[in-house]
Amino acid sequence: MTFDAANLLPILPEIAILVTASVVLILDLYLKDQDKGLNHSLTLLGLVIAIALTGLVGGGEAQVFFDGNLIRDAMTDLLRGAILIVSILTFVYARPWLQDRGMLVGEFYVLGLLAVLGMLIMVSANGFLTLYLGLELQALALYALVAFDRDSSKGAEAAMKYFVLGALGSGLLLYGVSMIYGATGSIEFAPVAAAVAEQGMSNKVLVFGIAFLVIGIGFKFGAVPFHMWVPDVYEGGPTPAVLILSSAPKIAAFALAVRMLVDGLHTLHPDWQGMLIILAVLSMGLGNLVAIAQSNIKRMLAYSTISHVGFIFLGLLAGSAQGYAAAMFYTIVYAVMSAGAFGILLILSRQGFDAERLEDLKGLNDRDSWYAAMMALIMFSMAGVPPTVGFMAKLLVLEAVVRIDMVWLALVAVFFSIIGAFYYLRVIKFIYFDKPAEDTPALVTSSGVRFAMSLNGLALLALGLFPAALLSVCQAAF
Amino acid sequence: MNALPLLTLTIWLPIIGGLVVLASGDQEKTLSKWTALAFAVLTFVVSLGLWIGFDPTTAEMQFVERAPWIPTFNVEYFLGVDGLSMPLIVLTTFISIFVIIAGWEVIRYKPSQYMAAFLIMEGIMVGVFSALDAVLFYVFWEAMLIPMFIIIGVWGGPNRVYATIKFFIYTFLGSVFMLVALIYMYFQSGSFSILDFHALELGMTAQTLIFIAFFLAFAVKVPMFPVHTWLPDAHVEAPTGGSVILAAIMLKIGGYGFLRFSLPITPDASADLAWVIIALSLIAIVYIGFVALVQQDMKKLIAYSSIAHMGFVTLGFFIVFTIALNPSVTGGAVMGIEGGMVQMISHGFISGALFLCVGVLYDRVHSREIADYGGVINTMPWFGAFMVYFAMANAGLPGTSGFVGEFMVILATFKASFWWALLAATTLILAAAFTLWMVKRVVFGEVKNEKVAALADLDLRERINLGALAAVVLLFGLWPAPLVNVMHVTIENLVEQVGVCKLPEAERGECVLARPETVASVAR
Repeated sequence: MTFDAANLLPILPEIAILVTASVVLILDLYLKDQDKGLNHSLTLLGLVIAIALTGLVGGGEAQVFFDGNLIRDAMTDLLRGAILIVSILTFVYARPWLQDRGMLVGEFYVLGLLAVLGMLIMVSANGFLTLYLGLELQALALYALVAFDRDSSKGAEAAMKYFVLGALGSGLLLYGVSMIYGATGSIEFAPVAAAVAEQGMSNKVLVFGIAFLVIGIGFKFGAVPFHMWVPDVYEGGPTPAVLILSSAPKIAAFALAVRMLVDGLHTLHPDWQGMLIILAVLSMGLGNLVAIAQSNIKRMLAYSTISHVGFIFLGLLAGSAQGYAAAMFYTIVYAVMSAGAFGILLILSRQGFDAERLEDLKGLNDRDSWYAAMMALIMFSMAGVPPTVGFMAKLLVLEAVVRIDMVWLALVAVFFSIIGAFYYLRVIKFIYFDKPAEDTPALVTSSGVRFAMSLNGLALLALGLFPAALLSVCQAAF
Repeated sequence: MNALPLLTLTIWLPIIGGLVVLASGDQEKTLSKWTALAFAVLTFVVSLGLWIGFDPTTAEMQFVERAPWIPTFNVEYFLGVDGLSMPLIVLTTFISIFVIIAGWEVIRYKPSQYMAAFLIMEGIMVGVFSALDAVLFYVFWEAMLIPMFIIIGVWGGPNRVYATIKFFIYTFLGSVFMLVALIYMYFQSGSFSILDFHALELGMTAQTLIFIAFFLAFAVKVPMFPVHTWLPDAHVEAPTGGSVILAAIMLKIGGYGFLRFSLPITPDASADLAWVIIALSLIAIVYIGFVALVQQDMKKLIAYSSIAHMGFVTLGFFIVFTIALNPSVTGGAVMGIEGGMVQMISHGFISGALFLCVGVLYDRVHSREIADYGGVINTMPWFGAFMVYFAMANAGLPGTSGFVGEFMVILATFKASFWWALLAATTLILAAAFTLWMVKRVVFGEVKNEKVAALADLDLRERINLGALAAVVLLFGLWPAPLVNVMHVTIENLVEQVGVCKLPEAERGECVLARPETVASVAR
């Protein structure tokens, strides 16, 4: 392995994030309490630089480097950009919450940046092992973030659950990888794909390997029946940590699924398609039904995530370039919606108060009609109502499913999305139709947060009206 | 063909106006109201350009605008109108003005948001009528739910949350299956253009399934028995403006959908299942007529009356198949659809006006119960006159536009079957019974209580509102020719189109529909 320009240039964004994380880690030691805001600014600066570098090194033919361990192609470019942009949003939303609670410390940013680094490595991985390393880096940082509020017993419990189940999921994934390695003799995607194409279904070890991989992917996405950790972690974790782990990691998990199943094992599509159908139908069904019964909005959003994962799997299981592009579109859109929804919860929180129940949204229209409109856009988008982008995402996924003559699956999906519409509408009901509680103080937010939230909400509308650009970028990746 | 993109203007002008009003906020209430009114009037003027520039001698789409929207899926920003959609667009822009005026004084809570919601709604509804691309149509169709959901939920009555969520879920339920059908047809035809769908050959199974998907979407919107139950709830809880828009325009979108999608895309399935629709329509006319008779709440009564009247519309649309399949009948098919269309337009004016009338009373007394009123004419002579007039029109009095449509549909039904026509004609008695009985109890008689005694008559704003609608009802009642002329050629073309069997070569043997040459003679 040589460290020359050809190898280092394509990972400049990763290097930038790593450098930022290190700088924040060390600088934080010398910062006085009132200067901790510098961590925040540095983090954002690092992310912006990483975005610029992504644009700079991106484009053109796919490059494989570091002895075939890493790759940079159209998918890498797009997902890197999406992860970094969503991460900027999450850090901006998180700051006031941290500041109010005296938690505006370097560790939060270091852990957050390491998680981002892990995600970036996941989307640039060209082999099972690199992918796994990125996944673990991301997961360990996220476990720690969930436990970040160390005085909260609920947070500690959530982190413990997340850690145990996450480790189990990683273990299963690794086990699957080892079987694939045993059957094919390689951990890089291209040789694995070649070997699989040769052997086909004859090798039972390979089939077992796929089953474990799919289970691992199910764990990381939080698909039914591997979803148990999702609601508890969402409810128990501090909201900024949940905000981070509910948005960008989904994009990375998508990369995980595509790299493994498509780049590595595409010839076995008929095998993993059946598994994904089961996961998708169960996720959409259980996610949407159980979400109705929730009174805690974080828990409700957790079940909503599960149902959206079902939709993402619909696109993946189609097994066509259209389907992958649709799933990618859906994942990116979902990350943006989720960031916005948790962002609103952070905006509604204040010193000594966390917005967690649906009732806490009461009368938002009277308190601040702009944020109310943004939250309404996010909710309508999650429900898949045009002209928001959530509809376009669902349309593309349904199109991919109908294209492979699985109309029944499309019907199941739309049926559950009707059920899903109900609980999103209920959120809007609280925002618009109810009066605020007597003792709620006025909403105070910084202009940065307001700007980010406006961007976030309006992006959902703009992408819904003009989806062609993002869609063509997604399609170019496959 | 026209230099100015009139349709785009008619869609986006009110939406932009709505955003402007929204941005103006509630500090300058008068200013935002006048802005809203200005945009509504301007949109109406623009839409009149459609009427004036419209060429009634062709069934082709006019004012066509076409631009790529999502090129990879062949989705286009494709607009155009024919004789079916153009009158409905003008109806939309016309009614919207009165909705804005009706909310002038009474909406105290966030009036700018209220006005903005209606303006945005107006643009979206025009979009539904003018979209010729299925995805574009669907986007407008669903987007319509958002402002209506908010309007009922924020400015509605005590039970508004239940009503508005029911309204949303019902309509959403109907339409998502249509979405799957549209995607399916995209893969059959390679484009989302509705005109390409019209030319598509489909097997009987596919046609039946697609017909059912469309039926779910449109029957909920119309609404047809037995999926009508959201309507009385939504109407009762909605603010006056919301009820007017619901009754006058949103219901028409369901009827329009049948004509634009079900009939031309799945003619064989429609012919096969026409009896279901006809039966449901007759049930709506007779049974819902009786239900309306016993209502205690004025809005509910008018809501049920709307369902009964919309039953006439669907009856007129689907009777065409019975006529086309019966070789001994010569004529009537065109009249059925034309009658349905006239009925839709006229019902738009009349039901809108009746809801405005109830709104006038509600603003003063805050009750919709019939029992709380009596002898209103003694204190409100102007109002009494209007109310009686619109009630007569609702009952189908000759000389009002309500009569024209009903008469045409009954005539067409006679061609198909005497007994159906007899059943349909009971509406003349039932509608007269329930509306006039309500008028008798509310308007006439002794002054019932001190609240009625203290009523103030219509002010100028309300008089203009109701007066304009009354003039239009009278105009189209005495002289329906301009309306009928506009749509005649389009409907003739439609009837010819639905007469052609669309089954693929292999299934041609099962064609029940008459061949094009015989249909051409029936159509005259």
